[in-house]
Amino acid sequence: MSTPSAMVEARGIHKSFGSLDVLKGVDLDVRAGEVTVVLGPSGSGKSTLLRTLNHLEKVDSGSVRVNGELVGYRRSGNKLYELRERDILKQRTKIGFVFQNFHLFPHLTVLENLVEAPVAALRRPKKDAVAGARALLDRVGLADKADAYPRTLSGGQQQRVAIARALALEPELLLFDEPTSALDPELVGEVLDVIKDLAHRGTTMIVVTHEIGFAREVADTVVFMDGGRIVEQGPPGQVLDHPRHERTKSFLSKVL
Amino acid sequence: MPLTTDPPAERTAPERAAPAPADDPPPLKVVPVRHPWRWAAVAVTAVLIAQFVHGLVTNPAWEWEVFAQFFTAETVLKAVWVTLQLTVYGTALGFVLGVVLAFMRLSASPFLRWVAFGYVWAFRSIPLIVQLLFWFNLAYLYKRLDFGIPFGPGFFHFDTMGLVGAMGAAVLGLALHQAAYAAEIVRGGVLAVDAGQLEAAAALGLPRLRQLRRIVLPQAMRSILPNATNEVISLFKGTSIVSVMAIGELFYQVQVIYGRNGRVVPLLMVATAWYVLLTTVLSVLQHYVERHFSKGATR
Repeated sequence: MSTPSAMVEARGIHKSFGSLDVLKGVDLDVRAGEVTVVLGPSGSGKSTLLRTLNHLEKVDSGSVRVNGELVGYRRSGNKLYELRERDILKQRTKIGFVFQNFHLFPHLTVLENLVEAPVAALRRPKKDAVAGARALLDRVGLADKADAYPRTLSGGQQQRVAIARALALEPELLLFDEPTSALDPELVGEVLDVIKDLAHRGTTMIVVTHEIGFAREVADTVVFMDGGRIVEQGPPGQVLDHPRHERTKSFLSKVL
Repeated sequence: MPLTTDPPAERTAPERAAPAPADDPPPLKVVPVRHPWRWAAVAVTAVLIAQFVHGLVTNPAWEWEVFAQFFTAETVLKAVWVTLQLTVYGTALGFVLGVVLAFMRLSASPFLRWVAFGYVWAFRSIPLIVQLLFWFNLAYLYKRLDFGIPFGPGFFHFDTMGLVGAMGAAVLGLALHQAAYAAEIVRGGVLAVDAGQLEAAAALGLPRLRQLRRIVLPQAMRSILPNATNEVISLFKGTSIVSVMAIGELFYQVQVIYGRNGRVVPLLMVATAWYVLLTTVLSVLQHYVERHFSKGATR
């Protein structure tokens, strides 16, 4: 299903931690403007796959291209040379990442959290970065929390700040690693609403989640992973309602 | 379910708040349990303290007039200044080298890790006083220091004695000793910062130095500071060891004076009072520095 307009092209990704093979040859294509939701039992490798896409995790073999550019490596002949850290950091500014546990900087205010990367990584003027940060906070409904410290916010608010922080770099691609798994049930909705809003604006996103309802509503493609492989993928109506593989069926019967 | 043993007392309260039947009993007074032995302990302690203070004031052997005479004497003030210099230089150099060693120990290179470990091992193993005497006698080991290509020709050189005088040797010894401890304190502080913080900084593409300076170190400072202040205070008092090298710091100077006039106790009190006073200043300073680095923290 490779298409010329694929924004993310992962090919033959292998990754093991010690003797544990976490990814056993994963191919993934994501078209620009689409939302891909990755489902699967814990330990299936979905988070690891996501982390290889911005080189937070080094692959053992395989390659990742975002907008045609190899992530983390430079190709010369038949060899992939790992890039210098500085170049990898520059690539990451184009790929937003939202963590399960937010990882906001606790000693910086909400506004400082958002301003940090545009100023330090992209060398934007401070004034522009602050204006951009305030607009983003407004968008996630937290304009009044600009001067608060992260620990004074609820989990849902912290995750919305973390999303705004990722957006502050104006990334081409957004990766979400179980963005609602650390939240109290009543706070999940406010975070999903922000992600849905991004989806409607045509942001390219890959979301690892356990929220089947969200996948059904927002995803263009649902990818089901198990045992380090992609078992099946397709539109949500197909994968969620008419799964072809036994493992998909048994997983869905447990979570639905 | 141990929680169910207490609440009955509370449950009766709303019942009583409701319209009472006939005669309303008066509200019950709560009487806490008495602690007679606690009061006895307080009394005994208070008497002991009173005796001690009484002794300080009335025992003529303390010779407070001699204390007053020397506390602000020019030679003593000069000695306090030397002590402060030793502390400041020792701390500054020690912690700069300590930070370098800490990051060597956290480095991905096994060689750098082992060198840093070896340094910490060696300098924690050698008593400070032995080290100081060793540096003091450096000129005996290396008469001339050459700077140039390693194992090759030297471009310029110094007489060791001229470059490393007594004061230099003392600062060097204190700083090298301090660095070993500072390295471990800084390393502990960096390890105490959640790994997710570095990961988030890396995911945002922050330059490496910025990740350390802006994200990791300010958070590490919270656990570094209490230990670091301990070290600074310990070094400040540890400068008294330098007296073996005949450097005119506080303790040495006091010894010189009581060697001359025989007033041992009041002069030891002069040194004690200065050490206590300046340690207090450091403790107050610690409070404010810690407050600065606790921004956004909930405890």
